[in-house]
Amino acid sequence: MGQTIITWSVRIVVYVALVWFFIWTITNGYFDYLVNNFEEFSVLLRQHFQLVLISAGLAILTAIPLAILVTRPMFKRFEGIVSTIVNFGYTIPNMAILALMMGVMGIGFKTAVFALFLYSILPIFRNTLAGIQSVNSSLIDAAQGMGFKPYQILFRIELPNAAYSIIAGVRTAVVINIGAAALASLIGGGGLGNWIFTGIRVFDNGILLSGAVPLTILAVITDLILRLIERKIVPRGTRPESS
Amino acid sequence: MNDHQSTFGRVMEYFQNNMDWVIELTIEHIILVGSAIMVAILIGVPLGIYLTTNKKLAGTVLNIAGVIMTIPSIALFGIMVPIFSIINYGIGFVPAFVALVLYSQLPIIRNTYTAIHNVDPQIRDAAKGVGMSTIQRIFKVEIPNTIPVIMAGVRTAVVLNIGIGVIAAFIGAGGLGTLISQGITRGYHEMVISGAIAISILGISADLFLRFLQKLLTPKGVS
Amino acid sequence: MIQYNNVTKVYGDDITAVDQVSLNVNEGEIVVLLGPSGCGKTTLLRMVNGLETITDGDILFNGESIQSLNEIELRRKIGYVIQSNGLFPNMTIEQNVTIVPHLLKWDQNKKNERYEELMSLVGLDAEDYRKRYPHELSGGQQQRIGVIRALAADPPAMLMDEPFGALDPIIRERIQDEFLSIQRELNKTILFVSHDINEAIKMGDKIALMKNGQLMQFDTPSNILQNPANDFVSQFVGQDRTIKSLTIHFVYDLVKTIELKDSLSSSATVKKASLDTSLRDILGFVLESEEQAVAIVNEEQEIIGYLDFELINRYMVSLSSEDDPVRVP
Repeated sequence: MGQTIITWSVRIVVYVALVWFFIWTITNGYFDYLVNNFEEFSVLLRQHFQLVLISAGLAILTAIPLAILVTRPMFKRFEGIVSTIVNFGYTIPNMAILALMMGVMGIGFKTAVFALFLYSILPIFRNTLAGIQSVNSSLIDAAQGMGFKPYQILFRIELPNAAYSIIAGVRTAVVINIGAAALASLIGGGGLGNWIFTGIRVFDNGILLSGAVPLTILAVITDLILRLIERKIVPRGTRPESS
Repeated sequence: MNDHQSTFGRVMEYFQNNMDWVIELTIEHIILVGSAIMVAILIGVPLGIYLTTNKKLAGTVLNIAGVIMTIPSIALFGIMVPIFSIINYGIGFVPAFVALVLYSQLPIIRNTYTAIHNVDPQIRDAAKGVGMSTIQRIFKVEIPNTIPVIMAGVRTAVVLNIGIGVIAAFIGAGGLGTLISQGITRGYHEMVISGAIAISILGISADLFLRFLQKLLTPKGVS
Repeated sequence: MIQYNNVTKVYGDDITAVDQVSLNVNEGEIVVLLGPSGCGKTTLLRMVNGLETITDGDILFNGESIQSLNEIELRRKIGYVIQSNGLFPNMTIEQNVTIVPHLLKWDQNKKNERYEELMSLVGLDAEDYRKRYPHELSGGQQQRIGVIRALAADPPAMLMDEPFGALDPIIRERIQDEFLSIQRELNKTILFVSHDINEAIKMGDKIALMKNGQLMQFDTPSNILQNPANDFVSQFVGQDRTIKSLTIHFVYDLVKTIELKDSLSSSATVKKASLDTSLRDILGFVLESEEQAVAIVNEEQEIIGYLDFELINRYMVSLSSEDDPVRVP
């Protein structure tokens, strides 16, 4: 009983805070800027999507095959080295990668995409690798014994059983990417970050929140949608809660 | 190739000329991240332990922390700034500090919660059986056995915060991000690259240091 | 059907896992590879379908060297069951059972028919389980699925690597019985790895007892029990091997050489048992009953005679060699 009361009080506090925040922003007219500049907003949003989709798409196409490659018997000996490099890469902040790329490639959309791409590779690669490695070796043994060809083992056993982990990696990468793409405006990548940094620079809460709130909503909703997709396409027998 | 070498040379030169400032910024960065982590641990670990006794609340809190994690850092700063400007702390250390504490909560609470949750019930029973009090049990049995997992959560939080701390520089919180933010504004590439390198080194060394600390703090028999 | 000719397996430079093993598995026979862990029995099994390479010697499958055959095709002709059942968690029960037919590109109707046929073979409801996933089944059910999956494409031979090893004793016994009755119908050629002497005696037409990669004795269960080839074999089968051998002898064996008693001294009623009861069960009944005897009945349930301890003892002594007296428990 006491536990339920505490749980509900926490929930109510959070809901009240959220409602208060929106009432406060609206009564202060902070979103007027968004409403008055809706056309610019849609341009920025489209840029943002482009940044995320191109970089995440390229990252998926690079990271998953790479992880598959290093788990094949032929390349197994590179597995350790590659994972170490990737783990190290993970401790480097995304802002640092953006900044480094700018130093090397100059300012612009391409630089932004490339930096975001580099950073998105890490979670996808890491999760694909972990997913494939965690497939029980007895499954592989059974499949081999039943006459699966190597590609059939990969596509029918390893990838489906690693799907949960792989998709979780893609989700992490995309959500991080949405945030990182906002930083890309600093190096001329455009996107919703434009308004946020302008708002900070000119001390205008309206511009700032017109960029920050939609960006937050975009990230949270994308995460939700990807979780739903995850539920749909991960084979039922391999979801973690089921084992 | 020549061009790259000269870029590298210029970056090294920048470091040499501005060593004192870079060190000062590094210390600022460490103080920001360190103080936020301290507070995050003081909130997150007890909360994680408490949540193991209240499953309903655990779900709610972990969900909230999860949603906070998905909020892009720059957006969270963007929301914090107007809110804190109500009490005149809109720009600077305070919003950055609060945001970092919030971001640290998920890894710390989640790892503490799952670790304590997964303590072998037999060990817990044995502790009760030899007549330990709840407090004794938590400090003598449960926490020592869960140190590796809790420390892994802290490490994740620190590495994450070092990166987010960079962005905090844009709202005037100082730290190594200053090199990047000013470098970009002034179109000073060597400054930007120096900042990126300094941050990467800080991130990697923090990770290594915490791995070492994790090993040190883990009791010998616990793996 | 499966013929090992001086097969040797060496790991690295000097670890000999299998040392010059020769043995023959005839069609329709169950041969149990038995031995302590690390004796090379699993390696020996896995060489048949090419999961382990052969260092020296050869294995013939249907008279052809397996090294000359296409590995993938060979594997699809040999069913494979492993201890941890190896069911694919991402596939439904139906998909698991019909995976080899699917790889062989059978049409949907044929796959469907086969699925239903196989499920009824192990007494599981085909519709109930069709869309379920392995983790929703009990260990015993999973293992049954593992067995019928191996049978799906009707392979002439099966390799079974401790298939029932992970099950608890009661379930294991039931599945062993079930499997034996399936085998009586299907007559597959089966190579079966086990570390459990009781399982080997029960399942095997022949037992190949291994130690340190070498074949110690290859014989029928009763010969292994009655006439162990050396100290290792007699140690491995244990002090109670006579008791064990009671499980593979039945009343109908006994009545061939020994006459049942016509009557009992007292007129008390005793427990009845049929001709196909094992002598081990009879001994159990005898020890439990006050009369220390059991009435044997024919198929019409008519009493054809009485069996008591003395007769069982006489029968077992007649089987064993003179230096192995029957040990009373």
